[in-house]
Parts: sequence; C-alpha cells; structure tokens
Amino acid sequence: MSAATEIAAAVRAGRRTARDVLEEHLARIDARESEVHAFNLVLADEARVAADAVDAAVAAGADPGPLAGVPIALKDNLCTRGVPTTCSSRILAGWRPPYDATVVLRVVAAGGVVVGKTNLDEFAMGSSTENSAFGPTRNPRDVSRVPGGSSGGSAAAVAAGFAPLALGSDTGGSIRQPAALCGTVGVKPTYGAVSRYGLVAFASSLDQIGPFAGSVADAALLLDVIAGPDPLDSTSSPRVPAALGPVLGAGVAGLRVGLIDELVDAEGVEPEVRDAVGRAAAALEAAGATVERVSVPSVVYGISAYYLIAPAEASSNLARYDGVRYGLRVDGDDVATMNARTRDAGFGPEVKRRIMLGTYALSAGYYDAYYGKAQRVRTLITRDFARAYERFDALLSPTSPTVAFPLGAKADDPLAMYLSDVCTIPTNLAGHAAASVPFGTGRDGLPVGVQVLVDAEQEPTMFRVMQVLEEQAS
Amino acid sequence: MTDGTTPITGPIRHPISRADVEHVARLARLALTDAEVERLTADLAAVLAHAADVAALDLDGVPPTAHPLPLRNVLRDDEVRPTLDRAEVLAAAPVAEDGRFRVPRILDPS
Amino acid sequence: MTTTGYEAVIGLEAHVELATATKLFCGCPNEFGAAPNTHVCPVCLGLPGSLPVLNRTVVEYALRFAAALGFRVPDESIFARKNYFYPDMPKDYQISQYEEPILVDGAIDVDGVRIGIERAHLEEDTGKTTHMGGGGRIHEADYSLVDYNRAGVPLMEIVSRPDIRTAEQARAYVSELRGVLKALGVSDVKMEEGSMRVDANVSVRPVGTEAFGTKVEIKNMNSLRSLGRAIDFEIERQVAALEAGERIVQETRHWDEADGRTHGMRTKEGSSDYRYFPEPDLVPVAPSDAMRAAAAASVPELPAARRARLAADWGVSDADARVLVDVDGLADFAAAAVATLAGGTARDVANWCTGDVMAYLNETGLSVEVLPLAPDGLAELVGLVAAGTISRNQAKDVLAECLRTPKRPAQVVQERGLEQVSDAGALAAVVDEVLAANADAVAEYRSGDDKARKKKRGFLMGECMKALQGQGNPQLLNALLDERLAERLA
Repeated sequence: MSAATEIAAAVRAGRRTARDVLEEHLARIDARESEVHAFNLVLADEARVAADAVDAAVAAGADPGPLAGVPIALKDNLCTRGVPTTCSSRILAGWRPPYDATVVLRVVAAGGVVVGKTNLDEFAMGSSTENSAFGPTRNPRDVSRVPGGSSGGSAAAVAAGFAPLALGSDTGGSIRQPAALCGTVGVKPTYGAVSRYGLVAFASSLDQIGPFAGSVADAALLLDVIAGPDPLDSTSSPRVPAALGPVLGAGVAGLRVGLIDELVDAEGVEPEVRDAVGRAAAALEAAGATVERVSVPSVVYGISAYYLIAPAEASSNLARYDGVRYGLRVDGDDVATMNARTRDAGFGPEVKRRIMLGTYALSAGYYDAYYGKAQRVRTLITRDFARAYERFDALLSPTSPTVAFPLGAKADDPLAMYLSDVCTIPTNLAGHAAASVPFGTGRDGLPVGVQVLVDAEQEPTMFRVMQVLEEQAS
Repeated sequence: MTDGTTPITGPIRHPISRADVEHVARLARLALTDAEVERLTADLAAVLAHAADVAALDLDGVPPTAHPLPLRNVLRDDEVRPTLDRAEVLAAAPVAEDGRFRVPRILDPS
Repeated sequence: MTTTGYEAVIGLEAHVELATATKLFCGCPNEFGAAPNTHVCPVCLGLPGSLPVLNRTVVEYALRFAAALGFRVPDESIFARKNYFYPDMPKDYQISQYEEPILVDGAIDVDGVRIGIERAHLEEDTGKTTHMGGGGRIHEADYSLVDYNRAGVPLMEIVSRPDIRTAEQARAYVSELRGVLKALGVSDVKMEEGSMRVDANVSVRPVGTEAFGTKVEIKNMNSLRSLGRAIDFEIERQVAALEAGERIVQETRHWDEADGRTHGMRTKEGSSDYRYFPEPDLVPVAPSDAMRAAAAASVPELPAARRARLAADWGVSDADARVLVDVDGLADFAAAAVATLAGGTARDVANWCTGDVMAYLNETGLSVEVLPLAPDGLAELVGLVAAGTISRNQAKDVLAECLRTPKRPAQVVQERGLEQVSDAGALAAVVDEVLAANADAVAEYRSGDDKARKKKRGFLMGECMKALQGQGNPQLLNALLDERLAERLA
C-alpha cells in the first residue's frame, strides 16, 4: 500500500480533504500512542490548521504540492520554529528554535502536514530509543520490544499508522535499523543529498536525514521532496539529484548485485535474518539480476572506527549545551561549575559516555592512535567499497543482525548495543546511500529488514532494487 | 585481530585510569559523580579495547578521510541577511539582563 | 635597569578583523557598535542545527594580502575546531585553521630589515563579555554579561617569525603591517577599537648566543604605545630575573596599562588541550588560478612603494613621505591637489599637508575626508603663493580659514583684500612717486655712507608699502626700489 502517494493524489484531485485524512491519523494516535509512545509532542491543533490550509488551496484551484495533505512525523532533532525541539534530552528543556530546518520548510512547502515530533535516543545516540529523557518508545509490532533506534519514534509512528511518512536521521544506522525492526522502509541517502541545516548535529561528517515510509514508492516521494542543494549547508551536494519517481517500476533485469560476505556471515547475525537475505538475493535473481558473493574486507573495522569518529565529533557538537544561551541551567558559583553541573544533570548516561569517549579520542597524545587512525580506516572502507562497485551496481546485506529485542535486553551493555549497527555503519563512513526494506519475518514472527547499498548518488538504482524486493516479499 | 563483529571481551590493551577519566571529564565540563567516574572508567576501557584492532593497524600510507564529499570552495556571497529578533533570542536564555546573556563570574581566563 | 649583554627575541601575533559586510560564516552584519545581541542569527549564536558557510570576500581578502606580502598559498587549506569552554564562544569551540592555514611564508620589510611571517590563518572572533561588579575586573566581578554581536566576525591571525629584536622594531613592524592592510582595504586596523589586536611572544638571551630563551606571551596591549611599553617592561623583567639567577616561567602575562607592568595569569593545568580536529561542517578551500590572479590584480600600491615614489617624484623627505602615506587619505589628498596644480610645486603641496593640514587634523582629531578644503583648493592656495598674489604668511591664515569653512582660498583672499600688487608697472609708478615726494631722503641717500644709505632705503621702502597699503609684492618692490636708487647713484 502506498498510502502517502494515494493520499496526495486524492487530496490534489479534491477527492479527499487533508483534514479528513488528518483526523483519521489523529484517531489512530489517540488509540495507540499511550502504548507506543512514538511522539514527544503531537501537534494536533497546528496540524489541523495546516491541513485546512491545504484544503483551502485545493478549493482555490492551487496545487499544494506532491505531499498535499500527507501527515508526516518529524524526529525531534529537526528544528521547528517556535515548536519545542528536545532531542529527547533534558538539556534542551523548554527550547523553541527560532528557525525551521531546511527539510521542514521543504516538507511544508510541498503540502505535508506535520503531526508531531517523534521520540529518539537522546541526541540520536543509541539503537533502541530507550535512551530518551522522556521514556522509551515501544515497537508497535510487539510492545514488549524496542523499535530500534535512534529514530525509533519515527519508525514506530509509520509502523503504527500514526503517519504514512516520517523523517529520521541516520548517523550509523539510525534510520535503517529501526525501519528493519519495525517493518517499514527506511532510507539513508548519500551524504550531502539532503541538507543538514536544522538537524541538531550528532556527528557532522556522518549525519544524514532520510525518510521512513510504508512503501518504497512513498519513500521515493518524500526523498524527492527533501533532497537537493541547500546554500545553508556547505556539505550539501551542489548536484540536483535524479528524481526517483520515474525509475520506480524499472525492475532489476541486468543489474549486478553483490552479497557482502563479511556482513552476511558476521557473528551475531541470526539464522532467520541470514535466510531472509538469502531469499532476497534469490528473488532478485528471479527478477533478472545477477547475484554473487563479494568481500568488502575492511568493513570489519567499521564499528571500531565509528565509535571513535562519531563520539569525537559529538563531544565537540555537544559542547554548546553549557547553560548560557538556551535550555537547562543548573547554577554554580562560577561559570565553569555552572557548565559542568548543567551538563551532568542535563545529559543522560549514553550521551555522557560518548562525550567522554570522544573527548578522550581527541585529547593530546591520543589523537593519532584513535581519531587519526579511524579516519584512515574510513579511507580503507571507502576504497574497498569502490572496488566492489566496479563489479556491482548494488550490494546486499542484513540491516540488523537481529530482529527487535526486548526492552532492557542490552541497556546495560553498551558494546552489545553498539554491535546492532555493524551492518549499517560502513555506509555512513563511506558517505554512500543505503536503505532497509522489510523482507519476511524472523524469530517470533518479527519483521526482518534487508539492506540495499549503493555507491554515492546511485539512489535510482537502489530504489529499483528496493521495489523488486518489496514486490517479492509479499 | 578480531573480525570486528565479535562481542568485546578479552584483554584490555589500553587500560584507562580513574585519573584519566577525571581529567577528560574536566576537559568535557562534566561534573561526574564518583559512581559515574567508576562506571565510565570501565565503559571507556571496554570500547577502547575494541578499538585496539583499529589502533593496531599500520595505515601510514593511507590518507585520512575527514569528509565523505569531494567538495571544495563552498562560498557564500558577502551579503547581509536578516538577523534574529533579540527578544526571541533572549527569551531562550536561562538568565538575561540588559539585552545580554548573564553568566556567573568567570574564574578561568582563556 | 640595564639590559646590556642581552638581546630580546620577539614574535608578534596580530589578530585583524576583516572589513567585510558580513560575518565569517553567516550573513549577519559585521559592524561595530550595534545594540547588544542584535547582529545575531542561528549560525553565529551556535544554535543547535545551524551550520557555517564561508564568506567569499574573506577568502579574497586573504589572497590579496598573500599577493601583497609574497605568501605561499597552499593548494588546499582546511578549517579546524579549537575546543574549549568559554561563555563568549557560542559553540564552545572556535572555528579556526590549525595545521593547514590559508597562507604561509610571507615577509615584510621594516626599515630595511626583512621580518618573516610564518603564517596567516582565518578564524572567527568571539563575543564580548562585560564584567559586572568588582570594578569591571574579570576575577573580582560578581557576574558577567555576554553580547554575541562580535561572535563570528572574521579574523585573520598573522603570526610573525621571531625575527624582531626591540620594542621599537615591534612597533615599526605593526605600523608597517597596518599600513599594508589599510592600503589593501581589507581591515580598518584600529588597535584602539579592537579591530587589530596584537600579542607578543618575548624571550631574552645573552648576546651572541643562538638558543632561544623561555618565551612569555603578553596580551592586552591596545595601542602601539602600550605594545612598546609592554615589550620593554617584559625585556627588563626577564633580564632582571636571569641576572638574579631565576628561571623564566613559560606563561601568558597580561599588560596593565595603568600600572605599566605585565602580570602573570592564573591558568589551570591542562586547560589548553584544544583537541583540534578538522571542521566537518566546512569543506576545504582550494583557491583556483583565477581567484589567485584576481587577488594579485587587486593589490594597490603598498605604503613602502608609495613612500619611495613620493620621495622621488615630489622631492619630499622620508619622514614627510611616511606622514603622507600613514595618515589616512592624506597622500591621496595631496596627489589630487598636485594633479590640479597650476603654479607651485608638488613639494609645496606636500609641505602644506604635512605642516599646517596635519597640525589641524591632530588638533581637531578630524580625518582628511571630512575637511571642507578640497584638494584643488589646496592647489589654488599653492598657486596664489607661487604667483605672488599672497605671501606665505598670509597663506597660512587663508588656509586656516579654508580648513574650517567651505570657502575657496581665492574667495578668502578677496574678502580680506589680501591681493598683493605684483604688477611691475603699477609698482614702478608708486616707487617713482615716493622718490619724487621724498627728494630730501633721496639726496641724503646719495651722499650718505653705507649705514645712512641702508637707513634711508628702509625709510623709502616703508613709504612705498604705506602707499600700497601693505599689499605690494615685497620682492618685486625691493627690486624696483633698488633699480631706481641705483639709477640715482649713477
């Protein structure tokens, strides 16, 4: 079902009102939100105003745009003017940004109706959405389990039918892993494809905003709206990306697909997940692609490199939460004491852990051994991928080694949690695109996601593969 | 060398001390409790032990990647753009006075 | 206190605010003196989610400076984050350049000595902190207030090599550097307003030794004068310490203008671990050939060349040439006057500029561009003197009026009735009349000795001037009188 695409078409044609669509989704939120806790904030009144404006535009003969009347949930690390933006952290208590993120402006300009801000692991640091100052989000498929993270609220919102579309951010797998665990489509675009302006930074050289959707076509619809150059982001690619709509339905005949040895066979990958990837490969072959195994040797260093680079950048990005200009302040006799108390009280344990790790990795005497080395590993991984992409148009792997795990299962073991991202991290380090598509079920009937990886700016190819997998999965 | 997917156990090649953690906490401006220092000493040791595979690699001939994009010279024209409204800016401040942000006295001159 | 037997080794770090329209990484106005926190936006306030975008003009200014002082511009430079907490820094890191600065290896000639410049790099300025209570001193204050208008203003940090040996030379270096930056139009370089801030690294060593002594960094000098005083004080302090058998501590010291001393600053151990790493929000700067060529073409004549040209073309002294070039707009004013000169010389123009005009500027604190006197007005004045219409002394009075009021010199001369009678025929007629009317005196002149002749000649000259109401051209009148008296003697 391509809910968003159908809604937009119906609203644009005047067959349905945006208000009617919205009320239907608000009713679903009312029914299940207390159980799922996908949102930090539901913007029902604001959404009604926005939906009415879309309807008024249609009535006046104007076209509200490709997302006309489509409800959309925003991860609560995307700045929304005048609307609390918390990053699920106590330290941003009460902060209302005086500006909108570029993606928010684009979604609204395209007729999208923002229904709320979704829960996340504090500052997007985590893989379960349990590290939230406002309590965990639960997986709508099984509320005893986590939705994955860090964009767990957005994944859960789409999976629960609260909104057909959502935006998340992906630094090491934070869109793809929760998409896999919740059974939705999740896309991490090429670094630079989507403006980061207004995305509260976690690790600037890795962060990228991307869509969650119930279908591949819907994900394409949203990515087409948000992608493209932005003069406010120096790292935004100046190239206008190819539109994805037209490639949908092109199939995979003739495409060369590689199955990444090191990720398919990684320890910790559940047999059911490995089987799903195997079935996905077979499905692509059946649809006319060639599939072979391929080695991308250096991806085994991905986690180590990532957990040096991302915390290092984070330690600097999160320095600004010091109790001076916005957010929480805990008083102290002098400014340094005030800073330190504010930060100790305002940040949760995982954020502190990463700030400490990153500060250590950058500190005098350790830079070369840790941060410097990790950046060289990044080069190795990028080179290995480049070799693979000489032979293959797309690569395939599990998204997450496991299906959704119970709440609390990994809460006390940071390393076990970090390993949830073993398959997704290499793409961020290389700056390439990757997506997760639901493909069957694993243990306990829970959804499994298959990851499709492509070279930078090869999203059209990625979407062709995703769509065939979507068709073959059902 | 591990394959990068092994859960992190085994010998800690780079032990990290409580004093290291306290020093890093000062750099990071975190007023950690004793319990936090203890916990973080163990956590950091575990993660750094995992990173030992990377730290041990001989990568002298490999250039670092600071950035995944091959972009150069992203420049903006020197043109004035709208500023924020001061009332809105200061409304976010924990304490403001006389059009400015108020902070406790500064002891550490930088 | 003597410092005999020692020599100082001095390196200077100049922080120069670039005179762009907007800040380094955002479109907020780069303007001094606005109400607090009115020139701010998400970027320069470091709000979560905001991102920096580099100002093109800043790169152009850096490249122009490079072309002027022969810096090497590496193929690529990158920005880095310098991480430390301070309330005047909105992100608690400063975007600066560290290992790969935009300019390296330049030099500037100062009074015939080449001073090396190791590097120049770009970075953002901090906000401004006001300390409340405790007499405004940072450590005694009750609390502080922060204004972020200055946060993000573009700075170029210019780091000299330790090639400077005296306070005098340090001042001359800064003065020459200011002149260059001003000529290039890249900065206002006003030390008093903080658009140029200079820190000094000072060490001393026994004359004849090569090894550097322990260096001390001095901050907080806000004029050329205090720079010189601080360095002199520090040299004496260090020499005295060494003579007393003490060790110099590597530290940062603050210059206190009031007590004329440097004071050590309390610093916490390990607080200077800045954890630099490449700024991931910005991409490298790789100046193209076209950008370099455009920068080179934009370099105007530099002060040293201009001084040499003025000395050669106008015949002015080196000291006067320096005044003309160093004072904002004065050389341009003089050149414009010279261009419209109908009589008199460029040197006359220069002399008026460095003399009476400068005296007036110093006395009033005005700048050249606000003077009511236009360059062609000064040229007119020089012409009036050259033509003998007015004397030099009269010209001083005329100029004094023209510097205060928008009147042309000719107009003032006319209003005051100052024109000299320089018509030879008219003057000759007056002389003849006077001689005829004072036959006695003429007779006494003829028969008298030298002394008597001199006296009578003076009397007759006085009578001539009286007849001309003081407006006779004295040179011409003297010549005519002597000619007529000589005729009487023959």
